[in-house]
Amino acid sequence: MIELRDLTKRYGDKTAVDGLSFTVRPGTVTGFLGPNGAGKSTTMRMVLGLDAPTRGDVRIEGKHYGELKEPLNSIGALLEAKGVHGGRSAYNHLLCMAQSNGIPERRVGEVLEMVGLHDVARKRPKGFSLGMGQRLGIASALLGDPRILMFDEPVNGLDPEGIHWIRTLMQHLAREGRTVFVSSHLMSEMAQTAEHLIVIGQGKLLADTSMSQFIAENSRTHVRVRTPEPQRLLDVLTTEGLRPAAGAQGALEVDGGDAARIGELAAAHRIVLHELSPQRASLEEAFMRLTAQSVEYHGHAPGGVQAPPEGAQVAPGAPQPPPEGPQAPPGGTQAPPGAPQAPPPGGQQAPPPGDPQGPPPEGPGWGEDWQRRRRR
Amino acid sequence: MSHTTRVLKSEWTKVRSVHSTIWTLAAAVVVSIGLGALICAVTASTFDDMSTVSRRTFDATYTSFAGMSLGQLAMIAFGVLVVSAEYSTGMIRNSLAAVPQRGTFLWCKVLVAGPLVLVVGLITSFCAFFLGQALLGEHGVGIGDPGVLRAVVGGGLYMALIALFAVGITFVLRSPLLAFAILMPFFFLVSNILGSVEATKKVGQYLPDQAGTTVMSVVPEALDRPYGPWEGLLIMAAWTAAALIAGFVVLKKRDA
Repeated sequence: MIELRDLTKRYGDKTAVDGLSFTVRPGTVTGFLGPNGAGKSTTMRMVLGLDAPTRGDVRIEGKHYGELKEPLNSIGALLEAKGVHGGRSAYNHLLCMAQSNGIPERRVGEVLEMVGLHDVARKRPKGFSLGMGQRLGIASALLGDPRILMFDEPVNGLDPEGIHWIRTLMQHLAREGRTVFVSSHLMSEMAQTAEHLIVIGQGKLLADTSMSQFIAENSRTHVRVRTPEPQRLLDVLTTEGLRPAAGAQGALEVDGGDAARIGELAAAHRIVLHELSPQRASLEEAFMRLTAQSVEYHGHAPGGVQAPPEGAQVAPGAPQPPPEGPQAPPGGTQAPPGAPQAPPPGGQQAPPPGDPQGPPPEGPGWGEDWQRRRRR
Repeated sequence: MSHTTRVLKSEWTKVRSVHSTIWTLAAAVVVSIGLGALICAVTASTFDDMSTVSRRTFDATYTSFAGMSLGQLAMIAFGVLVVSAEYSTGMIRNSLAAVPQRGTFLWCKVLVAGPLVLVVGLITSFCAFFLGQALLGEHGVGIGDPGVLRAVVGGGLYMALIALFAVGITFVLRSPLLAFAILMPFFFLVSNILGSVEATKKVGQYLPDQAGTTVMSVVPEALDRPYGPWEGLLIMAAWTAAALIAGFVVLKKRDA
């Protein structure tokens, strides 16, 4: 268990972490989510006693980090991928870590085996790929077989196979009853791994909730219907008390509607349907909405959509990313009235907010540099 | 096994598992002995050309340590790299996460590096002495002559202290670039100039290396210092202690 109480870190007049209080509990994977620069790494460094908090404190199983004589046996951490002497072999790197905490030498071989680095154990990490570096970092986190594991952006730079491996590992560790605390700036990544979510923005706590609750609260579900007779269907649905709205490419979108009921209504009125599909706004969009107010930098992305990070995947059930170019968000997900909308790329005029019937905003495509955007 | 013993073991693993250790220490030994031998050989062949004053105050022991002025730079490099590698690689976060007791961490590093540089320093000074005296021939001295053993042991201590001084300073500066840029020119040029130019000599002779080298001299007139050989080494030891304490304060206070 990791407990943070009013944790605050100031650098000069800049507040990196602002009064964070939350508890990371054992038995689940807790996702620590926030845009770049939100204060995740600073928080994690304070958990490890590397940075001294300006105010407040952190306790590991009730103790301050500095009180732990053999901290690696209580908490293992993967901080940024680097943190390894490029000229010291993977084996010796782990050995010196192990020795300082009285961990037997055979454990070094075990963790190297566990992360699949036993073949390069005697090689110097200078020549390691990013993924191998991450694996070495994870090996050192696992050295003391700790009850708490903390990973800072563990999937950064990993190939899809590596990502899958880490995900499985984290879930496995949590199932063993350990506390697993993992940071990411990718909601889609968290959606597949974490059961509990802590979201921060500009150092402040924005959400501390279970993943399922977060999904329920933050994703707008609607049904997309396509028909050659939109006017008739519109009338039918409106008389039934549903609220259809014009969607992209002539489709109708029914907010909060039940696909089965809409299908039955259409059948009863003998209206041909070309499409009837329940849609869910991606968690990425929910996350963007949540953190939009608190993102540090406001950047424009004139170059259009960036390629999604290597290996990044969209949560199952979420709309797929558009193949290219800035487009309307797939699934016709409109920001709810009054909600902050991401400005369109290319400096186009955004539709006036608070107009739910308007065309869907030309929001940025998935993977765009949304995390560096601030709405004022 | 006590906590300190474990951290010592870990620090020893760190030191022995990187190539820079063997390279810097080997360079210190080879350069000090080699350059010392060369200077002794040249001195022996040109001894009769020297002035009467120079011949009268000739310090055979000190001459055989002449290579240390360059060899000490490799010792400094060792001291800098032992610490700065932690910072430049980010290893320091792993190290302090494993050993959050920062004082224990620093002093164990010093306790591992210290004996190592002392052994290497003693090997260097004894080898440099015997090889140098052999090359000086009739102008050389014996290890049993008055003050000579002290000077040779002192040479080893000097090499160890200069490396530990670098350790302390690097804990303050944290960057290899900064540490090299300050320490190398300082000990290669600046302090020698400050210690020998008349205008600055009064203060300059109390600089760590200027004071420390006194212990290696057997003929006091050659250096002309207001303190004796052991006092000189003590001044240097005080500098080293101050550097290490400064390093400790910085390590303790600052975020890793």
